[in-house]
Amino acid sequence: MAKIARGKPWNPYIAGALAGLLLVLSLYASGKYFGASTTYVRAAGMVERTVAPERVAGMPYFMKELPKVDWQWMFVVGIALGACAAALASGTFRLQAVPDRFAARFGSSAGRRFGVAFLGGVVAMFGARLADGCPSGHGLSGTLQLAASGYVALVCFFVGGVVVARLLYGQGKGR
Amino acid sequence: MDHIFGLVTGVLFGVLLQRAEVIRYDRQLGALLLKDMTIVKFMLSTILVGMVGVYFLVDLGLAKLSIKPLILGGTVLGGLLFGAGWGLLGYCPGTAGGALGEGRVDALAGMAGMLVGAAVFAEAYPLLKATVLTWGDYGKLTLPQLMDQSHWVLIPWFCLLGVWLLRWLHKRGL
Repeated sequence: MAKIARGKPWNPYIAGALAGLLLVLSLYASGKYFGASTTYVRAAGMVERTVAPERVAGMPYFMKELPKVDWQWMFVVGIALGACAAALASGTFRLQAVPDRFAARFGSSAGRRFGVAFLGGVVAMFGARLADGCPSGHGLSGTLQLAASGYVALVCFFVGGVVVARLLYGQGKGR
Repeated sequence: MDHIFGLVTGVLFGVLLQRAEVIRYDRQLGALLLKDMTIVKFMLSTILVGMVGVYFLVDLGLAKLSIKPLILGGTVLGGLLFGAGWGLLGYCPGTAGGALGEGRVDALAGMAGMLVGAAVFAEAYPLLKATVLTWGDYGKLTLPQLMDQSHWVLIPWFCLLGVWLLRWLHKRGL
């Protein structure tokens, strides 16, 4: 805990290796692999169900991914809680609407940042469900199981991301 | 019990992600701009440790593999689309909640967008299932199957390659 208290970032190799160990222990304890994007499907189904329960019950995708809280749902909630606790304990919690890099390039308008983030969220989640996974499910769990789909997906994630990041920020040194 | 395991695992993962600073927009975009490879270092370290540990558990009969099918239409198109959205959002589905947890409120807009994206996908699913998701379906293919090798032949090579890549990134100051 002394280390948390200082607020200096942890070494990414060690933190990453510990995350790998955590993944293995979690698989041993509960038989579940890390993943995140299915949770957004379940949550979307839970929201839609409050308005149109019969329609949701009849939709093939919500029959495949039932709108309910499961291991992964709690895992995604846990990440938010864990990050919050670590941020508070290390003094790195910071209320911020526009990230520094975004503000330096596009100005400090929160509306603009929220619009871009919302649009990005729509596209990213549609893509993740089409690919059947995100950087957790494919990028970590898939690649470490030596799944062909994991490597194809991870390469495509980065290709799409690099292209859009360059379009947004240019190729120069602009930070 | 499943729920408690999920929550505890998530909390611990969230602490690691937050303290390694990999959930930040600036870090995620830094990686996509090929300027700051912190998230790549984190992910690669997780993958290498996880690879050895998971295959140990599987060979001891203590766990099962869970392989997602490779369907080129879905994996490639979906992967590229995800990447494009990731470049705009700067958070991914697992880290957006964590970003909100450390006070980055723009993540909330991204999470709302992701809920909408999931809802739109659910509407489009019957059509996609009959078209894109039938293109180039190779099933639950693994690299050991593809190369006709034991996983314990491939894993040391992956570890060497991974460590070499990490050293290369480190030397270039990324």
